Amino acid sequence: MSEILFCKGGGCTAKLGAGVLSHVLELLPKPEKDENLLIGYDSKDDAAVYRLTENLAMVQTLDFFPPMIEDPYLFGKIAAANALSDIFAMGGEVKTALNIVCFPESMDLNILGEIMRGGSEKVIEAGGSLVGGHSIADESVKYGLSVTGVVNPKKMWANNQGKVGDKLILTKKLGVGIICSANRIGEASKEALQEAITSMITLNKQAAEIAKKYEIHAATDVTGFGFLGHLHEMMDGKLSCRIISKEVPILNEALVYADEFYLTAAAQKNRNYVEEFVHFENISFAMEEVLLDPQTSGGLLLAVEANDAMAMVREMREAGLPAVMVGEITEKKDVEIWVE
Amino acid sequence: MEIKVVDARGLACPLPVVNAKKATAELKQGGKVSVLVDNEIAVQNLQKFAKQKVYECMAKKLAPQEYEVTMIVEVKKSVEETEDVTKVVTEKIDMGVRRSNEDEKTPTCQPDIRKKGMVVVLSGNVCGTGEEKLGKALMKAFVFALTKQDQLPETILCYNTGAYLTCEGADTLEDMKSLEAEGVKILTCGTCLDFYGLKEKLVVGSVTNMYEMVETMEQAQNIISP
Repeated sequence: MSEILFCKGGGCTAKLGAGVLSHVLELLPKPEKDENLLIGYDSKDDAAVYRLTENLAMVQTLDFFPPMIEDPYLFGKIAAANALSDIFAMGGEVKTALNIVCFPESMDLNILGEIMRGGSEKVIEAGGSLVGGHSIADESVKYGLSVTGVVNPKKMWANNQGKVGDKLILTKKLGVGIICSANRIGEASKEALQEAITSMITLNKQAAEIAKKYEIHAATDVTGFGFLGHLHEMMDGKLSCRIISKEVPILNEALVYADEFYLTAAAQKNRNYVEEFVHFENISFAMEEVLLDPQTSGGLLLAVEANDAMAMVREMREAGLPAVMVGEITEKKDVEIWVE
Repeated sequence: MEIKVVDARGLACPLPVVNAKKATAELKQGGKVSVLVDNEIAVQNLQKFAKQKVYECMAKKLAPQEYEVTMIVEVKKSVEETEDVTKVVTEKIDMGVRRSNEDEKTPTCQPDIRKKGMVVVLSGNVCGTGEEKLGKALMKAFVFALTKQDQLPETILCYNTGAYLTCEGADTLEDMKSLEAEGVKILTCGTCLDFYGLKEKLVVGSVTNMYEMVETMEQAQNIISP
């Protein structure tokens, strides 16, 4: 019987490049304008928000990918945390979730059981119900969720409504892509991998709950396009920002592995996509790579009213989150993202 | 000038760069590393690597899904130009054999299946004691079976007539190459290569000495010796 591999380089490193994707999306026919469709694919959000009543809107999102680690249970948790994250990034609440499963018929079903156990635990932790799903017999394993949540449309967060003077807060450390890449070739330390896994299985729920107490202008979760890719989408051609690289939270050893060139293809795609908008002022190669590193189940990137920033970061840190203020939004300049 | 060819077609990032890095590190006297890859992103990652290492670097497209990236590794010490040896090391992974169920057109990351601390010791070119012909056939089968395991050794040590197994003309060569392409460290005893006049014939892996062999066995978690 032919051998089937469980882990082949998954997570958000498996995402199609943003550049390629924009070409395709631009060519799609646009539906007639529906004023209740508050966020759709004419903006660059990866979730849709549809207003049902004045104070209630439905948030829809889905995400799935191949395994990036060997442990199926932890992979299930990571895939679910990653899929659920979009709801939190909108300031919404998770209500229901459906499993998306691709699994080889000849593979041990206990592995699938473990993946789904990890996934359902995370849905419950997120406050939602796992209500079914769809499975496909496929050559390789993929797993994720389709998630529906609700949000008050008057209070929801878009990813592109930041204001000049806003502080930029990142709620998780960067580097999970590089660490998983190092792990695939047997070069990641146990400690580094463990820290990356702990980060990936952490829901963005708590970060979002704390953020709701403050004036958030824009929010997104940092995933496949890396910190700079998602930051570029947040600037949306209207704003610029300044990032203080020494403030950026980074997982242990991610910089070391970047210097060892355990580089993903996805990070290079991110570089191609975003480099014309970025200026690196005396930034090391490893730091550049970390800033472009695709994140699986990454943290929230929040543009918060300047006066609220310190208090929000403090509250998040007291709750045990590695949140850090990494920069600020400025008026539009020649260089969109200035990293120093 | 020493030239190394790294065939990284079918390998997903980070392996092309990791293998190229390994090859450049082996060029103690400077030389040229030519890396074959099958996608442009891998080319860009290799260029990034070369830029960081300040290697002169050229990339060219050979065919629709075939690129060659050549790096010049500068000579650090003086080189005796007369001793110019051209050695071509081809790291070839036979996708058709090892990964028969995979679509070869979509490169995917392979997990590292080496087991840390597992060392295979090949102290001769035959397997077991008895008729030499049988012993040789068994050794060929042993190395082939090794490539088919779920877990590969971290290191393979070859000494005494075991040195023949990594040299030109050996019927174990293709399997040794595919093990090497999977990242298995293959070390052959230098004294033994000298003794059997195989010095110029080593094709896979690198040369080692007794000191390193003892150390490798000492630190091994399990040693397999057929």
